[in-house]
Amino acid sequence: MRVPVKWLSEYVDIALPLPELARRLTMAGLEVGEIITSGGDWEGVSIAQVVEVAKHPKADRLVLATVELGGGERQTVVCGAPNVAAGQKVAFAREGVTVIDGRTGKPTALRRAVIRGVESVGMICSEKELGLSDYHEGIVVLPEDAAVGAPLASYLGDSVLDFDLRPNRPDALSVVGVAREVGALTGQPVREPSIEYAEAGPPIKGRVTVEVPARDLCPRYCAALIEGIRTGPSPVWMQERLTAAGLRLINNVVDITNYVMLEMGQPLHAFDFKKLRGGKIVVRRGRPGERLALLDGSQKELPPDVLVIADAEVAVAVAGVMGGADSEVDDKTTTVLLESANFNAASIRRTSQALKVRTDASNRFEKGLSRELPKLAACRAVKLMVELCGAKAAQGIVDVYPGREKEVRITVTQERLRRVLGVDLPVSRVRQVLGSLGFSCRHVPPDRYVVRVPHWRTDVRIPDDVAEEVARIVGYDELPMTQLRGEVPAAERQPRRELRERARDVLAAAGMQEVVTYSLTDRETLAKVLDPEDMAIYPPLRIANPMSREQEYLRTTLRADLLETLASGLRVEPGVVALFETSRVYLPREDDLPQEVESVCGVLSGVKPDRWGQPQGEAVGFFDAKGIIERLLAGLEVNATFEEGHDFAYLPGHTAAVTVGDGRAGLVGQVHPRVAAGFDIDQDVFMFELNLEALLPHVPDLPRYQPVARFPSVEQDLAVTVDESLPAARVQEAIEGSPLVRRARLFDVYTGPPVPPGKKSLAFSVSFQSPGHTLTDAEVEEERRRIVQRLERELGATLRG
Amino acid sequence: MPSLLEELKEIEVAARSQLAEARDDAALEEWRIAYLGRRGRLTLVLRALASLPLEERRKVGAEANRLKEALGAALAQRQAQLEEARLTAVMERGRLDVTLPGRPRAQGRLHPVTQTLRDVLHCFESMGFQVVEGPEVEWDRYNFEALRIPRDHPARDMWATLWVDYEKDGERSMLLRTHTSPNQVRYMEGHQPPIRIVVPGRVYRFEATDPIHDWMHTQVEGLAVDEGISMADLKGTLAEFVRRIFGADRKMFFHCDYFPFTEPSMGLLIDCVVCNGEGRLRDGQGCSTCKETGWIEVLGSGMVHPEILANVGYDAERYTGFAWGMGIERIAMLRYGVEDVRLFYQNDLRLLEQF
Repeated sequence: MRVPVKWLSEYVDIALPLPELARRLTMAGLEVGEIITSGGDWEGVSIAQVVEVAKHPKADRLVLATVELGGGERQTVVCGAPNVAAGQKVAFAREGVTVIDGRTGKPTALRRAVIRGVESVGMICSEKELGLSDYHEGIVVLPEDAAVGAPLASYLGDSVLDFDLRPNRPDALSVVGVAREVGALTGQPVREPSIEYAEAGPPIKGRVTVEVPARDLCPRYCAALIEGIRTGPSPVWMQERLTAAGLRLINNVVDITNYVMLEMGQPLHAFDFKKLRGGKIVVRRGRPGERLALLDGSQKELPPDVLVIADAEVAVAVAGVMGGADSEVDDKTTTVLLESANFNAASIRRTSQALKVRTDASNRFEKGLSRELPKLAACRAVKLMVELCGAKAAQGIVDVYPGREKEVRITVTQERLRRVLGVDLPVSRVRQVLGSLGFSCRHVPPDRYVVRVPHWRTDVRIPDDVAEEVARIVGYDELPMTQLRGEVPAAERQPRRELRERARDVLAAAGMQEVVTYSLTDRETLAKVLDPEDMAIYPPLRIANPMSREQEYLRTTLRADLLETLASGLRVEPGVVALFETSRVYLPREDDLPQEVESVCGVLSGVKPDRWGQPQGEAVGFFDAKGIIERLLAGLEVNATFEEGHDFAYLPGHTAAVTVGDGRAGLVGQVHPRVAAGFDIDQDVFMFELNLEALLPHVPDLPRYQPVARFPSVEQDLAVTVDESLPAARVQEAIEGSPLVRRARLFDVYTGPPVPPGKKSLAFSVSFQSPGHTLTDAEVEEERRRIVQRLERELGATLRG
Repeated sequence: MPSLLEELKEIEVAARSQLAEARDDAALEEWRIAYLGRRGRLTLVLRALASLPLEERRKVGAEANRLKEALGAALAQRQAQLEEARLTAVMERGRLDVTLPGRPRAQGRLHPVTQTLRDVLHCFESMGFQVVEGPEVEWDRYNFEALRIPRDHPARDMWATLWVDYEKDGERSMLLRTHTSPNQVRYMEGHQPPIRIVVPGRVYRFEATDPIHDWMHTQVEGLAVDEGISMADLKGTLAEFVRRIFGADRKMFFHCDYFPFTEPSMGLLIDCVVCNGEGRLRDGQGCSTCKETGWIEVLGSGMVHPEILANVGYDAERYTGFAWGMGIERIAMLRYGVEDVRLFYQNDLRLLEQF
């Protein structure tokens, strides 16, 4: 909403500098996004009068113009404009003032010049030189009433307050509405526009009928008839205001409806009365298949339930949204039926969205306008048509008002104001503030106020609304600041969040960089990393109105985004790139919100640094990735086992499945080169994934203390030969199964002679220890023998040493 | 035969000069055996004392014992000297160029948005707020309806929505939450006052991106409900947040705003951290961070609408509450001087490794 300040000042005196006024309005909830100034650059340009025009002695096309600058000061300049004449009021720029250069179009400071032998100081300006337009064929001639000596900006320039309004204040989508706010904030009285006019025509009764079958969607419909109209351009002052407010000019009739809409906030529509069949207005729902050609040139099939304005036969307008082309006011129009109505806000919004047509009218109606406004605005528009279009107004206005409501009264207590605002405002202040906003406020001692809400404030309905009215005019900055007191609520554990945040810390501490990627992706990207069968089991949720194809599906895995990010990381980082993300993935559920699974995914690739940090060490491998996920699991206090795993995105034989409790909790392994290639990565990439939800049941609240062993341990090496395919973990588990073994640590894996083909040698450093006593050599020997027996029996191992 | 006293003198001279010659542990041990060992010269003198007359024995004995102590001390001193010399030699031999770079260790970091989010949450946790979370894919009911934003309400325009392709009874009802506010209702449905929570999480908008808007961002919702909570408490809580996150020097500007689920509603601006509220940078250029206004919107807030309290079964006469929602990326931009919000999720390592 753009409000030209000169227009605004017609209804309220503006006693503050504009930036301060804008600040106060913003503070009170009417945000001024910008103050647009035309004429701001006219520093030093003032109004002058041409008193004499003489021939230039040496040039036929130039003249010497002498101007009166006010206070008797005169200046003679060389002027080339063909239209300069004595007696004109003009815009005069003094020496040194910056104007737009007529030839280059760039701002230039005026300098004293000698033109064809005559010195010229200053300049009579063209529109182009003032930056008003590109017109440079003649000087600007100002109207007679321009005061000589006054700054041009005060006469021609204007400032426009550009508001970013919230949808709760349709009343402020009007110059009068803004004026009311200014009045309340600055203590100035508001001058409402005049709505009185002479009813010089015959009565409207009998010539216009209005029927409102759709009472639920049209609480009020006012129709006025204006005859003997001469259409043409609207007066310059109105054109200036409409243009400054950002509206297009049409003709005097339509311009008046727009002007009153901007002025009072009530959208109006003018029909060419002679184009309405039967002199009749019917406010009804659209009929199946009904079509309408709109003013914007479009043809619309009217959606069901849409509210239309019809004549005796067909729809002539979409109510509250746009008029139809067939009943449009044109230059042959002589009689206008003026509509000023109130429509159901939700209905207008639905219609405007269904038709994808948004207008200044629908934008106001959808926010809920005052039902008292139509009559007032109709009168105002009729008055302007009578005055500006040479027309006669019919006697009376048809006013169908099925939705008349009682005036809104709110009882609010001083106690409630204090509870909400945290401060006890004096009764006089409350009454003064509300009064300034047009509320009437009766104080009923000791504690109550009975507040009557002015009709235009459709947003104020409950006591706390009144509290806001008081607070915003007093100023939120004036309210005190206190800290919360009272009981601090009992805390609940948030295990999911705690686990996730711990995972972040552990992974960062392990040298990985956290990344955050978008939750939406496209199907093709998911298909690069997911088994088609998994895609079928968990088809990703689709966005119905995606912004682009790349953001169409909710991801069911983090893999793809991590690989994509890794690919771009490898392009800028010569060494190791190790990235992780902890975010949710979204697994669809039947007729329910998706399951949002907290997930971790890490990727790493590249060559490790040497002692100098140069990427000349070995390449990262499977066991780097496994080392990180092991550290992560340890950091989360979770026991996990690893066994060979298989997954679409991973290279078989280089991948482990992570099991926690009885369930699969994740994977670690080499990304399948085919998958990596899909992200333009042609080096080995390692990845791990963990489903934090699956870990949750296995995370202890706190680690359990194990007593530190008091008796010495005995370290012995134990090497066995087993089938090459037997996982080392099986052997280790078997050794650690002994009650006297505290730990077995694998320290060598060997194949080749003398180990027979198909076999491998595994060497463990075994730590024997008893919690109860110091082990004797005999006990250790005995236990070792038992372990070896078990390995032989259960795993087909043979002892090497 | 020289007297024993003379012999002692001679031993002392010889011992001290030999000790000065000893250069290593072996030489010291040899010396010790030669003089102080079981067959050492001094030991032999002491043994010979027994055969002396009492008078002489006392005199020579005292001198011999003094010498024994003195030689013992000299040995210890010489040992210390040699140890010192050895260490000095070691240090000299292995002297390091301490300016050489350390052995590289992999450096992991948290994303700047994570770091900022944690700081913000810590700030509120220390004020007694508890962190809870909610779903990112939401029902229309929680995202809008329960917050007094029915289907045809013009305020829906304030939250351009990404809808999930799912319809029930001909209406789209599932969406990507446009704000964290649904958690106000979700939490109140399951809890009784007093309530103090903060709810972090991702939110989504159907919005063209620009340097200060991304279609996905992180929000922190706050909610406090109890008897006797007022706008003054809201202001005080937010002011404390600004002080802790942006420093004590920031100016604040509270203004009336509108949200369907708060009444009264309030916005909070702070003076621009880049241009210090001037609207212009030192070189005279307009400040793009605050769009030359000198002020930056930090959050929207307000008193929880009494209808919402009543809808979850609270006594809206007895209880009042406040709520706010703030964007974390915006705060991170201001803290770190990042001028384009979209940089955060492009994950350029050269940007991320600066935090």
